[in-house]
Amino acid sequence: MNEKTKSVNRTSAETWSLLPNRVGRQIQKHWRLIVITIPFVWLLLFFLLPFFIVAKISVAELKIASPPFSNMFEWTDSGIVTVRIVFDNFIYIMTDNLYFDTYLNSVKIAAVSTFFCLLFGYPIAYGIVRSGPLAKPIFLFLVILPFWTSFLLRVYAWMGLLSDQGTINSILIAFGIINEPIQMLYTEFAVYIGIVYTYMPFMILPLYANLEKLDGSLNEAAADLGSRPTNTFFKVTLPLTMPGVIAGSLLVFIPATGEYVIPDLLGGGNVQMIGRVLYNEFSRNTDWPVASAVALTMLFLLVLPIIVFQYYQGKSTGGK
Amino acid sequence: MIEKSNVDDTTWHTDDKTKPLVQIKGLTKKFGDVIAVDNVDLDIYQGELFCLLGGSGCGKSTLLRMLAGFEYPEAGTISIDGMDMSKVPAYERPTNMMFQSYALFPHMTVEKNIAFGLQQDVMPKDEIADRVHEILKLVELEGYKKRRPQQLSGGQRQRVALARSLVKEPKLLLLDEPLAALDKKLRKQTQFELANIQEQVGVTFIVVTHDQEEAMTLSSRMAVMDAGRFKQIGTPTEIYEFPESRFVADFIGSANIFEGRVIEDGSDHVRVSTNVGEVYINHGQSVAENKQIWVGLRPEKIHLSITPPKNTGPNQIMGQVEDIGYLGETSIYKVRLQNGQIVDVTAPNQRRPMSRTHSITWEDTVFLSWEPESVMLLTS
Repeated sequence: MNEKTKSVNRTSAETWSLLPNRVGRQIQKHWRLIVITIPFVWLLLFFLLPFFIVAKISVAELKIASPPFSNMFEWTDSGIVTVRIVFDNFIYIMTDNLYFDTYLNSVKIAAVSTFFCLLFGYPIAYGIVRSGPLAKPIFLFLVILPFWTSFLLRVYAWMGLLSDQGTINSILIAFGIINEPIQMLYTEFAVYIGIVYTYMPFMILPLYANLEKLDGSLNEAAADLGSRPTNTFFKVTLPLTMPGVIAGSLLVFIPATGEYVIPDLLGGGNVQMIGRVLYNEFSRNTDWPVASAVALTMLFLLVLPIIVFQYYQGKSTGGK
Repeated sequence: MIEKSNVDDTTWHTDDKTKPLVQIKGLTKKFGDVIAVDNVDLDIYQGELFCLLGGSGCGKSTLLRMLAGFEYPEAGTISIDGMDMSKVPAYERPTNMMFQSYALFPHMTVEKNIAFGLQQDVMPKDEIADRVHEILKLVELEGYKKRRPQQLSGGQRQRVALARSLVKEPKLLLLDEPLAALDKKLRKQTQFELANIQEQVGVTFIVVTHDQEEAMTLSSRMAVMDAGRFKQIGTPTEIYEFPESRFVADFIGSANIFEGRVIEDGSDHVRVSTNVGEVYINHGQSVAENKQIWVGLRPEKIHLSITPPKNTGPNQIMGQVEDIGYLGETSIYKVRLQNGQIVDVTAPNQRRPMSRTHSITWEDTVFLSWEPESVMLLTS
């Protein structure tokens, strides 16, 4: 640990040695602060600030104007500032069943997809970890390979595969297995395929990282103490890779819940997910306040429980 | 079956012990082109504390791992208590292993770590609890049941690992560098503890180590390994006092080695002509006359004197002190012989040297001599 910080200091000292001595020393002294400030400012500017704008819009009223919502602060002639905050949008979301059902459906689709990502991703990650020194980088490369192609293009490719005249149906018909094409595109099934396919790397990579650093002698120790391979997996390997399972699941679940492109392209109008509702409210109905309220509600319903869960999870594992 | 009874027979006659607990025959293991274990035979008896000693990469750990069932041999057999282990997976062997890294389960408490092995057998809960309690008492860790491994010190972890491997009462306990992760002082103390525990439980131990001192203190018998083969097997005294080869003489302790030729092989003595004079050996090792051999002398077995010997004869050389290393309890003298070879001699510092100088000092001409029974005859 000590050595690491030392070497960091040394490189920073070398980097800044080109600058006048005094400035260099100042920068070196506050190096930690500078390093922390960069991501902090970034998040503040591009995450927290937009978030507050969305929050502000969500408590505004719809107006036929540009932008299409009422101002929060209004200066009257007498110099008094009036603040207008309305919660109508949130009440509207809660009373209209459409939104509740869509939330539920999004969570369901995301949860099922996460489960399948885990089911397929874990063995893949395990296999990569166990593969030989030559095969391992190739397998890892193959996992990351899809990222090199446009996501949209890959979803379109799935449309080509799944549609009624698509590759899969044509092959099945050509071999006489079916007579009529099976409808796959514009079903929930297609959405599941799309999400599981797209988010699989996000499951595999954290699992791989976790499995990779797992001490192999623990497996041997378990076997040595009389534990069969399956038992060893459930009693030793799985509990010790829970951090990877949780990280991977969150990485899949959270974006999958708000997924817009996949349900839109592969699900058509048949699969309602919150991302599509958001899009519709925002661009078709130009109801920015309701759209913002939908987004905020999702944030509070989904992300907050996850953060709280993670916080306690971190506490219970003893913070090691 | 016939083969087995034959083996029992021969051991019975050649060796006045019971039949071996572990029988290793022609065991060979390769990793790619590298031969890790090369056609090895070994018998280990019930109750022994057997050490496999060797440098890194000598195959000692591979041999241990084959006994545990983590590696499978290319050729040869292992049988434990008369049962062939060739097709038995690790989880069904009557062996337990203590890992060099300890391999304690980080997500389990001390208690659960130790109980893990017992839970794999069908055993009532009370009995498991009793056994865990017993073994924790043995390793003196009763108050640490609920701790996690990372909340323990290195020495405590080592004892948990020992307890976990012992609690199943294996027929054979395999220990891979059991003390390597401890600091020097704790290691010395633990050496004796380990030997005591082995005596108490009576389980046969096979210990892999690279530390010759550890092997000497721990073992009842040991094997010195090099390049996948056994160089010599014997008690620590046999190995130290009667090494058969230059490798063993040099690996265990240190040795001054002189090349020579046998000039006489008498019934109770051997005379060897070396480049530093004649060496007379009076222990009854037999070697062919005129054969090239080596004689070894341990530094502590050489007498050092500044007064010339009364009579000339074998087993003495003259030299000049080139360097002195003062180690406190002993001093090492580097003595240069007339032919240029340096001989190490150690002498105990029985008296406190006056004014920090030695009675024998740099540049002194000294006379080295040794008893005829202290010479080691090395045939290879």
